Amino acid sequence: MATKKLGKQTVCFSTPPVISSTYSIVGPKEGEGPLGKYFDLVLEDEFWGEKTWEKTESKIVKECISGCLGQEPVSNEDVDFLLSGDLLNQCVSSSFGIRERSIPYLGLFGACSTFVESLALGSMLIDGEMADTIIGSTSSHFCSAEKQFRFPLELGTQRPPTSQWTVTGAGAALLKAGGNGPKITHATIGKIVDMGIKDANNMGAAMAPAAIDTLYQHFQDTGRTPEYYDYIFTGDLGKIGKKIVKELIKTQGYNLDSNYEDCGCLIFDGETQDTHSGGSGCACCATTFCGYIYNQLKSQKLKKVLLCATGALMSPTTAQQQESILGIAHTISIEI
Amino acid sequence: MQKIETKKDYQNYVDKVSPNSPSMLNFIKAFCVGGFICVIGQGINDFWLLQGLEKTDASGATSITLIFIGIALTAFNIYSKIGKFSGAGSIVPITGFANSIASPAIEFKSEGLILGVGAKLFQVAGPVLVYGISTSILIGFIYYITTLGA
Repeated sequence: MATKKLGKQTVCFSTPPVISSTYSIVGPKEGEGPLGKYFDLVLEDEFWGEKTWEKTESKIVKECISGCLGQEPVSNEDVDFLLSGDLLNQCVSSSFGIRERSIPYLGLFGACSTFVESLALGSMLIDGEMADTIIGSTSSHFCSAEKQFRFPLELGTQRPPTSQWTVTGAGAALLKAGGNGPKITHATIGKIVDMGIKDANNMGAAMAPAAIDTLYQHFQDTGRTPEYYDYIFTGDLGKIGKKIVKELIKTQGYNLDSNYEDCGCLIFDGETQDTHSGGSGCACCATTFCGYIYNQLKSQKLKKVLLCATGALMSPTTAQQQESILGIAHTISIEI
Repeated sequence: MQKIETKKDYQNYVDKVSPNSPSMLNFIKAFCVGGFICVIGQGINDFWLLQGLEKTDASGATSITLIFIGIALTAFNIYSKIGKFSGAGSIVPITGFANSIASPAIEFKSEGLILGVGAKLFQVAGPVLVYGISTSILIGFIYYITTLGA
Protein backbone atom coordinates (compact mmCIF):
# COMPACT_ATOMS: atom_id res chain seq x y z
CA MET A 1 0.00 0.00 0.00
CA ALA A 2 1.57 3.25 -1.12
CA THR A 3 0.74 5.36 1.91
CA LYS A 4 2.81 8.34 0.82
CA LYS A 5 1.28 8.71 -2.62
CA LEU A 6 -1.02 11.66 -2.96
CA GLY A 7 -3.44 11.81 -5.85
CA LYS A 8 -2.25 10.62 -9.26
CA GLN A 9 1.37 11.68 -9.50
CA THR A 10 2.51 13.21 -6.22
CA VAL A 11 4.48 11.84 -3.30
CA CYS A 12 4.08 13.49 0.09
CA PHE A 13 7.08 12.92 2.36
CA SER A 14 6.21 12.06 5.95
CA THR A 15 9.64 13.12 7.18
CA PRO A 16 10.65 15.69 4.59
CA PRO A 17 14.37 15.49 3.66
CA VAL A 18 16.46 18.58 4.34
CA ILE A 19 18.55 20.31 1.68
CA SER A 20 21.51 20.72 3.94
CA SER A 21 23.89 22.44 1.51
CA THR A 22 24.28 23.32 -2.15
CA TYR A 23 27.13 24.29 -4.43
CA SER A 24 27.12 25.87 -7.86
CA ILE A 25 29.77 26.43 -10.51
CA VAL A 26 29.07 28.46 -13.65
CA GLY A 27 30.91 29.65 -16.74
CA PRO A 28 32.02 33.25 -17.33
CA LYS A 29 28.88 34.27 -19.26
CA GLU A 30 26.59 33.09 -16.45
CA GLY A 31 28.87 34.85 -13.96
CA GLU A 32 28.32 38.12 -15.82
CA GLY A 33 24.54 37.58 -15.73
CA PRO A 34 22.05 38.99 -13.22
CA LEU A 35 22.59 36.09 -10.76
CA GLY A 36 26.42 36.20 -10.93
CA LYS A 37 26.96 37.06 -7.27
CA TYR A 38 24.95 34.08 -6.02
CA PHE A 39 27.14 31.36 -7.55
CA ASP A 40 29.85 29.71 -5.47
CA LEU A 41 32.41 29.63 -8.26
CA VAL A 42 32.56 31.46 -11.58
CA LEU A 43 35.02 30.10 -14.14
CA GLU A 44 37.35 32.47 -15.95
CA ASP A 45 37.07 30.64 -19.26
CA GLU A 46 35.13 27.77 -20.82
CA PHE A 47 38.08 25.35 -20.82
CA TRP A 48 39.11 25.54 -17.15
CA GLY A 49 42.55 24.17 -18.03
CA GLU A 50 41.25 21.11 -19.89
CA LYS A 51 41.76 20.16 -23.53
CA THR A 52 38.21 19.11 -24.44
CA TRP A 53 34.74 20.42 -23.58
CA GLU A 54 33.77 16.98 -22.24
CA LYS A 55 36.71 16.95 -19.85
CA THR A 56 35.83 20.45 -18.69
CA GLU A 57 32.24 19.46 -17.98
CA SER A 58 33.40 16.41 -16.00
CA LYS A 59 35.75 18.62 -14.01
CA ILE A 60 32.88 20.99 -13.26
CA VAL A 61 30.84 18.02 -11.93
CA LYS A 62 33.78 16.77 -9.88
CA GLU A 63 34.55 20.14 -8.31
CA CYS A 64 30.88 20.93 -7.75
CA ILE A 65 30.37 17.74 -5.74
CA SER A 66 33.58 18.42 -3.80
CA GLY A 67 32.34 21.93 -3.10
CA CYS A 68 28.96 20.64 -1.93
CA LEU A 69 30.57 18.11 0.41
CA GLY A 70 33.09 20.74 1.56
CA GLN A 71 30.33 22.89 3.00
CA GLU A 72 29.50 20.27 5.59
CA PRO A 73 31.41 17.91 7.86
CA VAL A 74 30.54 15.08 5.49
CA SER A 75 32.94 12.69 3.77
CA ASN A 76 32.58 10.27 0.86
CA GLU A 77 31.74 7.41 3.21
CA ASP A 78 28.81 9.30 4.70
CA VAL A 79 27.06 9.65 1.35
CA ASP A 80 24.73 6.73 0.72
CA PHE A 81 23.93 7.41 -2.91
CA LEU A 82 24.87 9.92 -5.55
CA LEU A 83 22.26 10.68 -8.21
CA SER A 84 23.55 12.58 -11.17
CA GLY A 85 22.93 13.17 -14.86
CA ASP A 86 23.71 15.47 -17.76
CA LEU A 87 23.03 16.01 -21.46
CA LEU A 88 25.96 14.24 -23.06
CA ASN A 89 25.52 10.80 -24.60
CA GLN A 90 25.53 8.05 -21.95
CA CYS A 91 25.73 10.74 -19.20
CA VAL A 92 29.52 10.76 -19.42
CA SER A 93 30.05 14.10 -17.68
CA SER A 94 28.56 12.69 -14.50
CA SER A 95 30.27 9.29 -14.68
CA PHE A 96 33.72 10.68 -15.47
CA GLY A 97 33.26 13.53 -13.02
CA ILE A 98 32.74 11.17 -10.10
CA ARG A 99 34.96 8.27 -11.14
CA GLU A 100 37.50 8.99 -8.40
CA ARG A 101 34.88 8.98 -5.67
CA SER A 102 33.74 5.72 -4.22
CA ILE A 103 30.09 6.63 -3.72
CA PRO A 104 27.28 4.32 -4.90
CA TYR A 105 26.08 6.06 -8.04
CA LEU A 106 22.85 6.11 -10.02
CA GLY A 107 23.10 7.83 -13.39
CA LEU A 108 19.95 9.65 -14.43
CA PHE A 109 18.67 11.05 -17.68
CA GLY A 110 15.71 13.38 -17.74
CA ALA A 111 17.35 15.94 -20.05
CA CYS A 112 17.04 19.36 -18.39
CA SER A 113 14.58 18.00 -15.83
CA THR A 114 17.33 15.84 -14.29
CA PHE A 115 18.10 18.11 -11.34
CA VAL A 116 14.61 17.91 -9.89
CA GLU A 117 14.44 14.23 -10.87
CA SER A 118 17.56 13.61 -8.75
CA LEU A 119 16.17 15.53 -5.76
CA ALA A 120 12.77 13.83 -6.04
CA LEU A 121 14.31 10.35 -6.17
CA GLY A 122 16.79 11.24 -3.41
CA SER A 123 13.93 12.41 -1.21
CA MET A 124 12.06 9.16 -1.84
CA LEU A 125 15.12 7.14 -0.86
CA ILE A 126 15.55 9.14 2.35
CA ASP A 127 11.90 9.24 3.29
CA GLY A 128 11.65 5.54 2.49
CA GLU A 129 14.41 5.02 5.08
CA MET A 130 16.80 3.61 2.52
CA ALA A 131 19.38 6.37 2.90
CA ASP A 132 20.40 9.16 5.24
CA THR A 133 22.57 11.28 2.99
CA ILE A 134 22.24 11.79 -0.74
CA ILE A 135 23.80 14.06 -3.33
CA GLY A 136 21.79 15.14 -6.36
CA SER A 137 23.65 16.94 -9.12
CA THR A 138 23.49 17.85 -12.80
CA SER A 139 25.63 19.68 -15.29
CA SER A 140 25.70 21.07 -18.81
CA HIS A 141 28.23 22.94 -20.91
CA PHE A 142 27.37 25.28 -23.77
CA CYS A 143 30.23 24.07 -25.97
CA SER A 144 29.79 20.32 -25.43
CA ALA A 145 26.03 20.65 -25.98
CA GLU A 146 26.52 22.64 -29.19
CA LYS A 147 28.99 20.03 -30.42
CA GLN A 148 26.60 17.16 -29.72
CA PHE A 149 23.27 18.71 -30.67
CA ARG A 150 23.99 21.47 -33.20
CA PHE A 151 26.99 22.66 -35.18
CA PRO A 152 30.70 23.20 -34.55
CA LEU A 153 31.22 26.37 -32.53
CA GLU A 154 33.25 28.18 -35.19
CA LEU A 155 30.62 27.73 -37.89
CA GLY A 156 29.26 31.14 -38.85
CA THR A 157 25.49 30.79 -38.51
CA GLN A 158 22.61 32.80 -37.11
CA ARG A 159 20.38 31.64 -34.26
CA PRO A 160 16.65 32.29 -34.45
CA PRO A 161 15.01 34.45 -31.76
CA THR A 162 13.29 31.38 -30.28
CA SER A 163 16.59 29.59 -29.59
CA GLN A 164 18.06 29.28 -26.11
CA TRP A 165 21.57 29.34 -24.70
CA THR A 166 22.81 26.23 -22.86
CA VAL A 167 24.09 27.16 -19.42
CA THR A 168 27.67 26.16 -18.62
CA GLY A 169 27.90 24.91 -15.06
CA ALA A 170 26.76 22.41 -12.50
CA GLY A 171 24.72 22.40 -9.34
CA ALA A 172 24.84 19.89 -6.50
CA ALA A 173 22.61 19.59 -3.45
CA LEU A 174 23.18 17.52 -0.32
CA LEU A 175 20.02 15.93 1.08
CA LYS A 176 19.88 14.68 4.64
CA ALA A 177 17.34 12.79 6.69
CA GLY A 178 17.32 15.43 9.42
CA GLY A 179 18.74 18.78 10.44
CA ASN A 180 18.00 22.38 9.66
CA GLY A 181 17.32 23.92 6.31
CA PRO A 182 14.77 23.98 3.52
CA LYS A 183 12.78 20.75 3.33
CA ILE A 184 11.42 18.92 0.32
CA THR A 185 7.82 18.22 1.24
CA HIS A 186 6.29 16.93 -2.00
CA ALA A 187 7.43 15.64 -5.36
CA THR A 188 5.20 15.46 -8.41
CA ILE A 189 6.56 13.20 -11.13
CA GLY A 190 5.66 14.30 -14.64
CA LYS A 191 4.32 12.37 -17.61
CA ILE A 192 5.72 12.63 -21.11
CA VAL A 193 3.76 15.27 -22.97
CA ASP A 194 4.02 15.38 -26.76
CA MET A 195 2.32 18.33 -28.41
CA GLY A 196 3.96 17.67 -31.75
CA ILE A 197 6.59 20.45 -31.74
CA LYS A 198 9.52 19.51 -33.99
CA ASP A 199 11.50 22.74 -33.99
CA ALA A 200 14.69 22.09 -32.01
CA ASN A 201 15.21 25.84 -31.97
CA ASN A 202 12.04 26.32 -29.94
CA MET A 203 12.54 24.09 -26.91
CA GLY A 204 10.52 26.40 -24.67
CA ALA A 205 7.40 25.73 -26.74
CA ALA A 206 8.15 21.99 -26.81
CA MET A 207 8.50 21.74 -23.02
CA ALA A 208 5.87 24.23 -21.82
CA PRO A 209 2.91 21.79 -22.13
CA ALA A 210 4.76 19.33 -19.86
CA ALA A 211 5.30 22.07 -17.27
CA ILE A 212 1.63 23.02 -17.41
CA ASP A 213 0.60 19.35 -17.07
CA THR A 214 2.83 18.72 -14.04
CA LEU A 215 1.99 22.00 -12.29
CA TYR A 216 -1.73 21.38 -12.83
CA GLN A 217 -1.41 17.84 -11.47
CA HIS A 218 0.58 19.10 -8.47
CA PHE A 219 -2.18 21.57 -7.59
CA GLN A 220 -4.84 18.90 -8.12
CA ASP A 221 -3.05 16.24 -6.07
CA THR A 222 -2.14 18.50 -3.15
CA GLY A 223 -5.27 20.63 -3.18
CA ARG A 224 -3.00 23.68 -3.17
CA THR A 225 -3.26 26.72 -5.39
CA PRO A 226 -0.42 28.82 -6.86
CA GLU A 227 -1.02 31.40 -4.09
CA TYR A 228 0.17 28.85 -1.52
CA TYR A 229 3.72 29.36 -2.79
CA ASP A 230 5.84 32.48 -2.42
CA TYR A 231 7.33 31.70 -5.79
CA ILE A 232 7.00 29.09 -8.52
CA PHE A 233 10.02 28.50 -10.77
CA THR A 234 10.22 26.49 -13.97
CA GLY A 235 13.59 25.14 -15.12
CA ASP A 236 14.50 26.39 -18.57
CA LEU A 237 11.50 27.41 -20.64
CA GLY A 238 12.90 30.79 -21.62
CA LYS A 239 10.79 33.79 -22.55
CA ILE A 240 8.52 31.98 -25.00
CA GLY A 241 7.90 28.92 -22.85
CA LYS A 242 7.22 31.13 -19.82
CA LYS A 243 4.68 33.16 -21.76
CA ILE A 244 2.97 29.93 -22.92
CA VAL A 245 2.79 28.55 -19.36
CA LYS A 246 1.36 31.80 -18.00
CA GLU A 247 -1.30 32.00 -20.70
CA LEU A 248 -2.31 28.36 -21.06
CA ILE A 249 -2.45 27.44 -17.37
CA LYS A 250 -5.23 30.00 -17.05
CA THR A 251 -7.39 27.78 -19.27
CA GLN A 252 -6.95 25.08 -16.59
CA GLY A 253 -8.16 27.45 -13.90
CA TYR A 254 -4.87 28.55 -12.31
CA ASN A 255 -3.25 31.96 -12.42
CA LEU A 256 0.55 32.36 -12.18
CA ASP A 257 0.74 36.07 -13.03
CA SER A 258 1.99 37.27 -9.67
CA ASN A 259 4.49 34.67 -8.42
CA TYR A 260 6.01 32.79 -11.33
CA GLU A 261 9.42 33.02 -12.96
CA ASP A 262 11.58 30.84 -15.18
CA CYS A 263 15.23 30.08 -14.35
CA GLY A 264 16.13 30.50 -18.04
CA CYS A 265 14.85 34.08 -17.90
CA LEU A 266 16.63 34.83 -14.61
CA ILE A 267 20.13 33.54 -15.33
CA PHE A 268 20.89 35.74 -18.36
CA ASP A 269 20.07 39.29 -19.27
CA GLY A 270 18.41 38.77 -22.64
CA GLU A 271 18.94 42.40 -23.65
CA THR A 272 22.71 42.57 -23.19
CA GLN A 273 23.87 38.94 -23.27
CA ASP A 274 22.50 37.91 -26.66
CA THR A 275 20.86 34.76 -25.34
CA HIS A 276 17.65 35.14 -27.39
CA SER A 277 14.83 33.32 -25.56
CA GLY A 278 16.96 32.64 -22.44
CA GLY A 279 19.00 29.96 -20.73
CA SER A 280 18.59 26.21 -21.05
CA GLY A 281 20.38 22.97 -20.18
CA CYS A 282 20.50 20.82 -17.06
CA ALA A 283 22.64 23.41 -15.31
CA CYS A 284 20.12 26.20 -15.87
CA CYS A 285 17.71 24.97 -13.19
CA ALA A 286 20.48 23.40 -11.07
CA THR A 287 22.70 26.48 -10.79
CA THR A 288 19.80 28.90 -10.40
CA PHE A 289 18.43 26.76 -7.58
CA CYS A 290 21.77 25.99 -5.88
CA GLY A 291 22.92 29.58 -6.23
CA TYR A 292 20.03 32.01 -6.14
CA ILE A 293 16.87 30.19 -4.95
CA TYR A 294 18.62 28.30 -2.14
CA ASN A 295 20.09 31.59 -0.93
CA GLN A 296 16.59 33.13 -0.87
CA LEU A 297 15.28 30.15 1.11
CA LYS A 298 18.15 30.23 3.62
CA SER A 299 17.68 33.95 4.20
CA GLN A 300 13.93 33.32 4.47
CA LYS A 301 13.12 35.82 1.73
CA LEU A 302 11.23 32.93 0.19
CA LYS A 303 9.64 30.33 2.44
CA LYS A 304 7.59 28.18 0.11
CA VAL A 305 8.93 27.44 -3.34
CA LEU A 306 7.73 25.16 -6.10
CA LEU A 307 10.55 24.11 -8.44
CA CYS A 308 9.48 22.56 -11.73
CA ALA A 309 12.35 21.44 -13.98
CA THR A 310 11.51 20.86 -17.61
CA GLY A 311 13.26 18.55 -20.07
CA ALA A 312 13.16 17.88 -23.80
CA LEU A 313 13.52 14.17 -24.44
CA MET A 314 15.10 13.83 -27.87
CA SER A 315 18.34 13.11 -29.63
CA PRO A 316 19.89 14.51 -32.83
CA THR A 317 18.90 11.23 -34.53
CA THR A 318 15.20 11.44 -33.58
CA ALA A 319 15.16 15.08 -34.67
CA GLN A 320 16.66 14.15 -38.07
CA GLN A 321 14.04 11.41 -38.39
CA GLN A 322 11.35 14.10 -38.02
CA GLU A 323 10.13 12.87 -34.63
CA SER A 324 8.57 15.45 -32.36
CA ILE A 325 10.27 16.70 -29.20
CA LEU A 326 8.87 15.05 -26.09
CA GLY A 327 8.46 17.22 -23.03
CA ILE A 328 8.74 16.18 -19.39
CA ALA A 329 8.59 18.13 -16.14
CA HIS A 330 9.11 17.13 -12.53
CA THR A 331 8.23 19.29 -9.57
CA ILE A 332 9.31 19.50 -5.96
CA SER A 333 7.83 21.61 -3.24
CA ILE A 334 10.41 23.15 -0.88
CA GLU A 335 9.49 24.81 2.37
CA ILE A 336 11.48 26.33 5.18
CA MET B 1 -7.95 32.36 -24.21
CA GLN B 2 -9.44 29.21 -25.72
CA LYS B 3 -8.45 25.84 -24.32
CA ILE B 4 -6.02 24.07 -26.65
CA GLU B 5 -7.21 20.59 -27.54
CA THR B 6 -5.17 19.36 -30.48
CA LYS B 7 -1.54 19.38 -31.58
CA LYS B 8 -2.53 21.50 -34.57
CA ASP B 9 -4.14 24.12 -32.31
CA TYR B 10 -0.99 24.17 -30.23
CA GLN B 11 1.30 24.52 -33.27
CA ASN B 12 -0.81 27.46 -34.49
CA TYR B 13 -0.68 29.03 -31.04
CA VAL B 14 3.12 28.55 -30.83
CA ASP B 15 3.56 30.13 -34.27
CA LYS B 16 1.60 33.12 -33.00
CA VAL B 17 3.59 33.62 -29.77
CA SER B 18 7.05 32.87 -31.18
CA PRO B 19 8.89 35.87 -32.63
CA ASN B 20 10.10 35.54 -36.22
CA SER B 21 13.64 36.29 -37.35
CA PRO B 22 13.96 39.89 -38.59
CA SER B 23 14.01 38.75 -42.23
CA MET B 24 14.24 42.15 -43.94
CA LEU B 25 17.14 43.26 -41.75
CA ASN B 26 18.84 39.88 -42.31
CA PHE B 27 18.39 40.21 -46.10
CA ILE B 28 20.00 43.65 -46.08
CA LYS B 29 22.91 42.50 -43.90
CA ALA B 30 23.44 39.39 -46.04
CA PHE B 31 23.35 41.47 -49.23
CA CYS B 32 25.86 44.02 -47.92
CA VAL B 33 28.33 41.55 -46.37
CA GLY B 34 28.02 39.05 -49.24
CA GLY B 35 28.54 41.89 -51.70
CA PHE B 36 31.51 43.21 -49.75
CA ILE B 37 33.16 39.75 -49.79
CA CYS B 38 32.66 39.68 -53.58
CA VAL B 39 34.22 43.15 -53.91
CA ILE B 40 37.24 41.92 -51.96
CA GLY B 41 37.32 38.86 -54.24
CA GLN B 42 37.31 41.15 -57.29
CA GLY B 43 40.17 43.16 -55.76
CA ILE B 44 42.17 39.98 -55.19
CA ASN B 45 41.43 38.88 -58.76
CA ASP B 46 42.68 42.21 -60.11
CA PHE B 47 45.78 41.88 -57.94
CA TRP B 48 46.64 38.48 -59.44
CA LEU B 49 45.98 39.77 -62.98
CA LEU B 50 48.40 42.63 -62.25
CA GLN B 51 50.94 40.06 -61.16
CA GLY B 52 50.79 38.73 -64.69
CA LEU B 53 48.59 35.64 -64.24
CA GLU B 54 46.29 34.52 -67.06
CA LYS B 55 42.55 35.12 -66.52
CA THR B 56 41.76 31.48 -65.58
CA ASP B 57 44.85 31.20 -63.38
CA ALA B 58 43.93 34.46 -61.65
CA SER B 59 40.44 33.03 -60.88
CA GLY B 60 41.99 29.94 -59.34
CA ALA B 61 44.45 32.00 -57.34
CA THR B 62 41.58 34.23 -56.13
CA SER B 63 39.61 31.20 -54.87
CA ILE B 64 42.71 29.88 -53.08
CA THR B 65 43.34 33.28 -51.47
CA LEU B 66 39.72 33.61 -50.32
CA ILE B 67 39.72 30.08 -48.90
CA PHE B 68 42.92 30.89 -47.00
CA ILE B 69 41.35 34.06 -45.59
CA GLY B 70 38.15 32.15 -44.66
CA ILE B 71 40.10 29.48 -42.78
CA ALA B 72 42.35 32.02 -41.06
CA LEU B 73 39.31 34.02 -39.88
CA THR B 74 37.71 30.76 -38.64
CA ALA B 75 40.86 29.85 -36.70
CA PHE B 76 40.95 33.27 -35.04
CA ASN B 77 37.28 32.99 -34.00
CA ILE B 78 36.28 35.89 -36.25
CA TYR B 79 34.30 34.15 -39.01
CA SER B 80 31.63 32.88 -36.60
CA LYS B 81 31.04 36.49 -35.52
CA ILE B 82 30.77 37.64 -39.14
CA GLY B 83 28.39 34.71 -39.77
CA LYS B 84 26.23 35.62 -36.81
CA PHE B 85 25.88 39.16 -38.15
CA SER B 86 25.42 38.45 -41.83
CA GLY B 87 23.86 34.96 -42.08
CA ALA B 88 23.76 33.80 -45.70
CA GLY B 89 25.94 36.76 -46.66
CA SER B 90 29.00 34.96 -45.34
CA ILE B 91 27.76 31.37 -45.85
CA VAL B 92 27.23 31.53 -49.64
CA PRO B 93 30.64 32.90 -50.79
CA ILE B 94 33.58 30.49 -50.99
CA THR B 95 34.85 31.81 -47.63
CA GLY B 96 31.72 30.28 -46.06
CA PHE B 97 32.57 26.94 -47.62
CA ALA B 98 36.07 27.21 -46.14
CA ASN B 99 34.50 28.01 -42.76
CA SER B 100 32.23 24.97 -42.98
CA ILE B 101 35.26 22.71 -43.49
CA ALA B 102 37.60 24.38 -40.99
CA SER B 103 35.10 24.59 -38.12
CA PRO B 104 34.47 20.81 -37.79
CA ALA B 105 38.24 20.27 -38.14
CA ILE B 106 38.79 22.46 -35.06
CA GLU B 107 35.81 21.03 -33.16
CA PHE B 108 36.58 17.34 -33.69
CA LYS B 109 40.37 17.53 -33.35
CA SER B 110 39.90 16.12 -29.85
CA GLU B 111 38.66 12.81 -31.30
CA GLY B 112 41.90 12.29 -33.26
CA LEU B 113 43.04 12.83 -36.82
CA ILE B 114 41.21 9.85 -38.33
CA LEU B 115 37.86 9.41 -36.55
CA GLY B 116 37.74 13.06 -35.51
CA VAL B 117 39.07 15.46 -38.14
CA GLY B 118 39.04 12.94 -41.00
CA ALA B 119 35.56 11.56 -40.46
CA LYS B 120 33.87 14.81 -39.45
CA LEU B 121 35.59 17.25 -41.82
CA PHE B 122 32.66 17.26 -44.25
CA GLN B 123 29.94 17.13 -41.61
CA VAL B 124 28.55 20.48 -42.75
CA ALA B 125 29.97 20.77 -46.28
CA GLY B 126 29.25 17.14 -47.24
CA PRO B 127 25.65 17.71 -48.37
CA VAL B 128 26.75 20.77 -50.38
CA LEU B 129 29.32 18.64 -52.21
CA VAL B 130 26.96 15.69 -52.74
CA TYR B 131 24.15 17.76 -54.17
CA GLY B 132 26.43 20.30 -55.87
CA ILE B 133 28.32 17.61 -57.78
CA SER B 134 25.12 15.63 -58.47
CA THR B 135 23.43 18.74 -59.88
CA SER B 136 26.43 19.59 -62.06
CA ILE B 137 26.43 16.04 -63.49
CA LEU B 138 22.70 16.27 -64.18
CA ILE B 139 22.99 19.67 -65.84
CA GLY B 140 26.02 18.47 -67.81
CA PHE B 141 24.03 15.48 -69.00
CA ILE B 142 21.09 17.67 -70.07
CA TYR B 143 23.49 20.02 -71.84
CA TYR B 144 25.08 17.07 -73.65
CA ILE B 145 21.71 15.69 -74.77
CA THR B 146 20.35 19.06 -75.94
CA THR B 147 23.51 19.90 -77.90
CA LEU B 148 23.91 16.50 -79.56
CA GLY B 149 22.50 17.62 -82.90
CA ALA B 150 24.23 20.98 -82.91
